Amino acid sequence: MNGYDLAVVGGGPAGLAGAAAAARAGLSVVLLDSGARLGGQYFRHPAEGFHAARPGALHHGFGRFLRLAADVTARADVRLNHRVWSVERGADGVVVRCLAGDREERPVTVTARRLLIATGAYDRSLPFPGWDLPGVLTAGGAQALLKGDLVAAGRRIVVAGTGPFLLPVGAGLAAAGADVLGVYEANPLAAIALRARPLPGKVAEAAAYGLALLRHRVPFRGGVAVVAAHGERELTGVTLAQVDANWRPLRTRTVACDTLAVGYGFVPQLDLPVQLGCATGPGADGGPVVTVDAGMRTSVPGVYAAGESTGIGGAELAELEGLIAGRAVAADLGRRVAPAPALPRRRDRLAAFAAALQRAYPVRDGWHSWLRPGTIVCRCEEVPYSRVAEARRLGARDARAIKLLARPGMGWCQGRVCGHAIASLAGEPPAPPRRPIAQPVRLGDLAAPPDSGTEPGQAPPKEIR
Amino acid sequence: MTPQRLVGARPEPAFEITVDGRPVPVVPGQSIGAAMHAAGIRSWRTTRFEGRPRGLFCGIGVCFDCLLTVNGTPSLRACSTQARPGDEVTTS
Amino acid sequence: MPDVVVIGAGVVGAACAYYAARAGLDVTVVERGSVAGGTTGAGEGNVLVSDKEPGPELELALLSNRLWRELDAEVGGFEFEAKGGLVVAETDEVLAALTGLARTQRGVEHTAVSAAGLAAYEPHLTRDLAGGVFYPQDAQVQPMLAAARLLRASGARFLPGTEVTGFLTSGGRITGVRTTRGDIPAGAVVNAAGTWGGEVAALAGVDLPVLPRRGFILVTEPLPEPLILHKVYTAAYVTNVASDSSGLETSAVVEGTPSGTVLIGASRERVGFDRTMSVPVLRRLAEQAVALFPALAERKVIRAYCGFRPYCPDHLPVIGPDPRAPGLHHACGHEGAGIGLAPATGRLVAAAITEARDGLAGLPGRDGLADVDPGPFGPARFAAENA
Repeated sequence: MNGYDLAVVGGGPAGLAGAAAAARAGLSVVLLDSGARLGGQYFRHPAEGFHAARPGALHHGFGRFLRLAADVTARADVRLNHRVWSVERGADGVVVRCLAGDREERPVTVTARRLLIATGAYDRSLPFPGWDLPGVLTAGGAQALLKGDLVAAGRRIVVAGTGPFLLPVGAGLAAAGADVLGVYEANPLAAIALRARPLPGKVAEAAAYGLALLRHRVPFRGGVAVVAAHGERELTGVTLAQVDANWRPLRTRTVACDTLAVGYGFVPQLDLPVQLGCATGPGADGGPVVTVDAGMRTSVPGVYAAGESTGIGGAELAELEGLIAGRAVAADLGRRVAPAPALPRRRDRLAAFAAALQRAYPVRDGWHSWLRPGTIVCRCEEVPYSRVAEARRLGARDARAIKLLARPGMGWCQGRVCGHAIASLAGEPPAPPRRPIAQPVRLGDLAAPPDSGTEPGQAPPKEIR
Repeated sequence: MTPQRLVGARPEPAFEITVDGRPVPVVPGQSIGAAMHAAGIRSWRTTRFEGRPRGLFCGIGVCFDCLLTVNGTPSLRACSTQARPGDEVTTS
Repeated sequence: MPDVVVIGAGVVGAACAYYAARAGLDVTVVERGSVAGGTTGAGEGNVLVSDKEPGPELELALLSNRLWRELDAEVGGFEFEAKGGLVVAETDEVLAALTGLARTQRGVEHTAVSAAGLAAYEPHLTRDLAGGVFYPQDAQVQPMLAAARLLRASGARFLPGTEVTGFLTSGGRITGVRTTRGDIPAGAVVNAAGTWGGEVAALAGVDLPVLPRRGFILVTEPLPEPLILHKVYTAAYVTNVASDSSGLETSAVVEGTPSGTVLIGASRERVGFDRTMSVPVLRRLAEQAVALFPALAERKVIRAYCGFRPYCPDHLPVIGPDPRAPGLHHACGHEGAGIGLAPATGRLVAAAITEARDGLAGLPGRDGLADVDPGPFGPARFAAENA
């Protein structure tokens, strides 16, 4: 086993910062990302073919991202369109198995002495009647279409859910010319303001987005949730409900729209750390996050984690964690790294802010009351709520037993979308996800003899954007 | 305002793909799913048990709801497969 | 006080509860996790007669096969499919051994299939085979649903999240269980703890050599059209099942499910309770499946999981009263055949408990059990070893 000094999985702020720091310290670094361009979700940006004069118009800090990405591209092997499906500990490091290419995928194996997991997060979804209709997208999905492909998700759009992320989604879509009918936060605004009081920066940020919404005459309301979506082949409208503090509907009204962007915060992508056996603990919302020390080391020697996988915290914290992790990897491999005691302190401060912010936007159990017997809970296996209830009557007391009896989480997405909801229905916090195969692999590729892998020096074409 | 104007895009000439035989324009670099959405095709897959319509949901490769077939290769995610000139997309 | 406490709510525990209740016994089932949470939840749902060499286990399998069909009618709701099994041979030599075995499997219906005849059974099967044997009695159930449905149909009191920590004894007899949620006195106790049956037996002071034998299963994407119509496996599976090797053994076992996915097994390793994924094992499983069904190469694996078969050194389950601990009955150690053998096991255990209580043999409880000699499964075989 030799390969690289460090493999970084994820090309968002955390992975980029980690790769840059490690490469600057003299390590050979490979950065693997599933996307076609660097940036991850936060810095998702249009393809070169658009020749955007202001590619950062939808981002904060895009210039900073470009510099970081250029730095990484110059110093490390950047491998885009590489989806990692398995990581294993090897004799002297890690074996990272990927599928390269987007349709003619081929298996590629990368080995490295150290691994930095910076795989980010995805939207947390809650089920409600009609949520599987085309036209209903996650808030992150609508944002990705806008930032990455310059497509507004629809014409008449409702934005709903909970969390500070709804504001930039609504503001971005409005700025891009969509008719945003409203941004609806399920938690009462007064309660959020109270809990977010110690976070002046976040309040100012929210105020800025609020002003942007005001400029586009987009209403922003708290204590309102989308409790049903309507339509036959596509979305034609949603039911908005004024909800109580526990999210139980009080009064409802129906709004005609062609698109709903809905998100209830984020779930860290933990497939790879769980495969390796990294210890996890409850994050600010009770869901699992990777446990790390002050150098972003996980409980598994040689494996580091940074960004959302250690707790939902946003781009600034992710970048800082990546920097700390990259420096720690270099130091652990005997490279001289200038001491920077301020970094962990700053990280702790930002992480505490992020946790407080997350706690300001709790997900309340009242959403259970939005479900009808026929409401699809697991989209992949088309499991209605009634079948979950039946599994419980048959003796399923936890989320795993519900899955075994009623199949939610057994389909294509492997419970990434319904996992939180099923755990909540079972009355337990979500468990760390056990997904020994993190990406679908063609049987022919799995059966193929192990390839020798890519080694340092065989640099692929460099590409940032 | 449009998203493209917002970022000052001067896109390269669009190329064409077909979706179930219908031509769809693509700006180089766009995903198949984005190009379909832009062309107003938002509902394309039907589920295997109840025939429920599906399209883009998560948009970032997590949910697998947007699966389609490209040039005969099945089960590709529309949201994370970049369109190429002449792609023949079929849905089910 | 219940007549019986069953430890374990896997498919075997559920079948014991079902038949004990049907015999008129008052039953409580304790389970440290949830229903079907152990090996039952990691199985394919095999109800096989084809893979059993002539002997006591085959008799048990034949009885069970009949009982599963009855249960499908009586209880139902667990995706029973009488799909039949197709065992294939790569070479003429293996085919001769396979057909030879089939001729000795008394009571097992089978049809020899020529190389040219295989396509009529499985159109997508590779043409590079010497032939095979079709076993129409082989069937499949959804094991988790089967356990849950039997448990519910039993009407037994079910205590999930309740771990047995010891036994109540009186005058050298087992008189109940101690659990994390209090003591439960009972007339008899059934150890249906599967792969953990040895640990439960140890709490009663008796040695039961049940050990884990790890197996991985690959699950494909749901296919739009069924590609595989029967349970299809290579003849090597039979020898692997019976093997004593502690090293890795794999043979192709491939089948479709009502949900559209294809399940691919089977691997056998003795590595303790280690859940770490092993890519080389998955690779072998994939290789063998693609060799059988070349069309699978283009389909994707979306999931893999492992489970721990409860295995005894002599490959026979442990069923019946333990003479070393009166009042304790075992129903564990079924290795990879627990789903298939569960109903017959439940029948035997229920009969033994009623007999022990009434002090009589040959009562209606034994109806239909005449073909099965419980002796070879008896825990006494381990007592003899220790003596």
